[in-house]
Amino acid sequence: MSAGIDLENVCCDFGTFRAVDNANVSIRPGEFFSFLGPSGCGKTTILRMVSGFIEPTEGTIRIGGKDVKGTRPNQRPTALIFQNLALFPLMPIWENISFGLEVRGVDKATRRKKAEELLKLVDLPGAADKMVSQLSGGQKQRVAIARALAVEPQVMLLDEPLSALDLKLRQHMRAELRAIQQRTGVTFIYITHDQGEALAMSDRVGVMSQGRIQQIADPREIYNNPVNGFVAGFVGENNIFEGQVQQAAGGMASFVTPHGTFRARLGDLGGKAGKLYVRPEHTVLSSTPATENSVPVTIGDISFEGSFIAIHATTETGAALTSEIRNDGSATVPERGARMFMSFDPARAAILPDANVRG
Amino acid sequence: MQDMLRRYGPGLTLLMCLLVAFWLIMLVIVPNITLFEQSFRPYLPVTEIGGPRDTYSLGNYMKVFDGRVEKSILGFSYTIPVHVYTFLLTIFYSMVVTVLCFLMAYPLAYYMAKIVNPRSLPTLILLLFIPLWVSEVLRAFAWWIILAFKGPLNALLQAVGLIEDPIRWTNMGYTGVVIGLIYTYVLFMLFPVYNAIQSLDTNQIEAAEDLGAPWWKIHWRIVLPHAKPGIASGSVMVFMLSAGSLLVPSILGSTTSQWFTQTIDQWFKDALDWNTASAYAFLLLLLCTLIVTLAMWLFRVKLSDIAK
Repeated sequence: MSAGIDLENVCCDFGTFRAVDNANVSIRPGEFFSFLGPSGCGKTTILRMVSGFIEPTEGTIRIGGKDVKGTRPNQRPTALIFQNLALFPLMPIWENISFGLEVRGVDKATRRKKAEELLKLVDLPGAADKMVSQLSGGQKQRVAIARALAVEPQVMLLDEPLSALDLKLRQHMRAELRAIQQRTGVTFIYITHDQGEALAMSDRVGVMSQGRIQQIADPREIYNNPVNGFVAGFVGENNIFEGQVQQAAGGMASFVTPHGTFRARLGDLGGKAGKLYVRPEHTVLSSTPATENSVPVTIGDISFEGSFIAIHATTETGAALTSEIRNDGSATVPERGARMFMSFDPARAAILPDANVRG
Repeated sequence: MQDMLRRYGPGLTLLMCLLVAFWLIMLVIVPNITLFEQSFRPYLPVTEIGGPRDTYSLGNYMKVFDGRVEKSILGFSYTIPVHVYTFLLTIFYSMVVTVLCFLMAYPLAYYMAKIVNPRSLPTLILLLFIPLWVSEVLRAFAWWIILAFKGPLNALLQAVGLIEDPIRWTNMGYTGVVIGLIYTYVLFMLFPVYNAIQSLDTNQIEAAEDLGAPWWKIHWRIVLPHAKPGIASGSVMVFMLSAGSLLVPSILGSTTSQWFTQTIDQWFKDALDWNTASAYAFLLLLLCTLIVTLAMWLFRVKLSDIAK
């Protein structure tokens, strides 16, 4: 069983501070949905409103089509996994996992059996009688997931549960979480500030900034077609040019900058000024200028990142740009101090407005 | 010690050690050893002290079994040594005080630790502390006035309509003593319990609620087990202080209430028999310690948990 979640014009104020501003999103049953944003953007507030710890100031939240206004967390079909997991240290693992069943009056033998089944599901058999303090970070993570799954929630809410783990384990748990989600079919709402996590695991991502949802789309769309400068800048790297739109036709426009006039895709500016964004991996460095969208640069630091090489360069006016080349031997790495041209495909560059914020 | 020497130098270190040693030896160990030694010797005229009759025995301790009185519980009558009877009642009512203190302190401690706005917490703690600035004697007398036959409590209850005729609070067995002891010692329960609850991660309470637990279940399975060491240390303090209190039972006691400390006091001051008084005092200390140990074993609390 899984349920969809609808947020309609949801706002949440803390005193005079508006933490969440007019959130509208429809999460489908069985979907893995991530809210991605920097700390303080309101994503945790959304999660706490869905789980019932905070009531929205305005708007409606529906879980499985039912308005949940006024129902406490213990009456909602959601299970929350806390950032610090909040396992119960005084109970053995199996009691932790079956706590939700104990509350529902399930007898001890059934509870024990269910706990052991769940431990198998999260790949942690034989840990039933251990105490929380005896487990490693990744194992605690699995127990927290098992404890949430035990109550057979229709929606799982996860509040940055991987942030305390080291990199390798985090990558492993990403795949694990995704697999558990697909095995159980439960709707997952995942909160994170780590774009890698959000892009790798989610069916769809909602990018947030300053209480507003900036864009809701699948991970590829978010990365390839960000709707505004915030999304473009928060998800992945970007070279940014300031300037003005001059001529627009057929979705493309000329953009006048101090570095010359470029052609790029024109995003929905809504009457506001825009900037030109182009990703480092979509730029090409060459010794001769290309026919269009070319900037003369001087090569600066070159940093080796493993799978790719980042080449930092400065323009004649001193603006910093970055280009990335794949570490597959297909391109030669330029020398530091070399004078070259950085160019990009108009279809890979976009003129976008700034973030969607209040006021 | 090395650390202390490096930090304060030899002069200051020596001074601190001497002060601690003085406090420990002169104010704690020597008086107790003196009383302990005296408790085994008979009460004799000055001329006979050190004489042939001045020998060690358990005679003073056995005096608690002297003088039997007839009592009855639920129509079942029995005889019991009067001092043993006093002792048992003292222990029983000290336990009652401890339990009532816990019942009062726990909700308040939880409120202070988890619910109240942290900004108003200092004010709240100050309000709780202000009564402690007034001397214990005055506070006991204040309750004596409050509980008086024509006092404010009866007036209030009559005004509200809960009672028709005033009640003689201070002449109802141990009622006055219990009320006075609770008022005097409830903070000794409140603060350890508050500290314990405060150290509980609020996410655990929320996690339990999120998993569907009703409020009482959250307290029973999450908050209370976590607060157990605090409850234990509060209980030990309230129990020991209540059983050892002399002032409150003397002021708020009724004609039918006798506290074991009052018996000790009578041996000291009325009978002038310091030897028997010492024996009784050590008996109280020993048995109370035994009871506390037993209770700790029963509730599976370790001494190291309490000391935290």
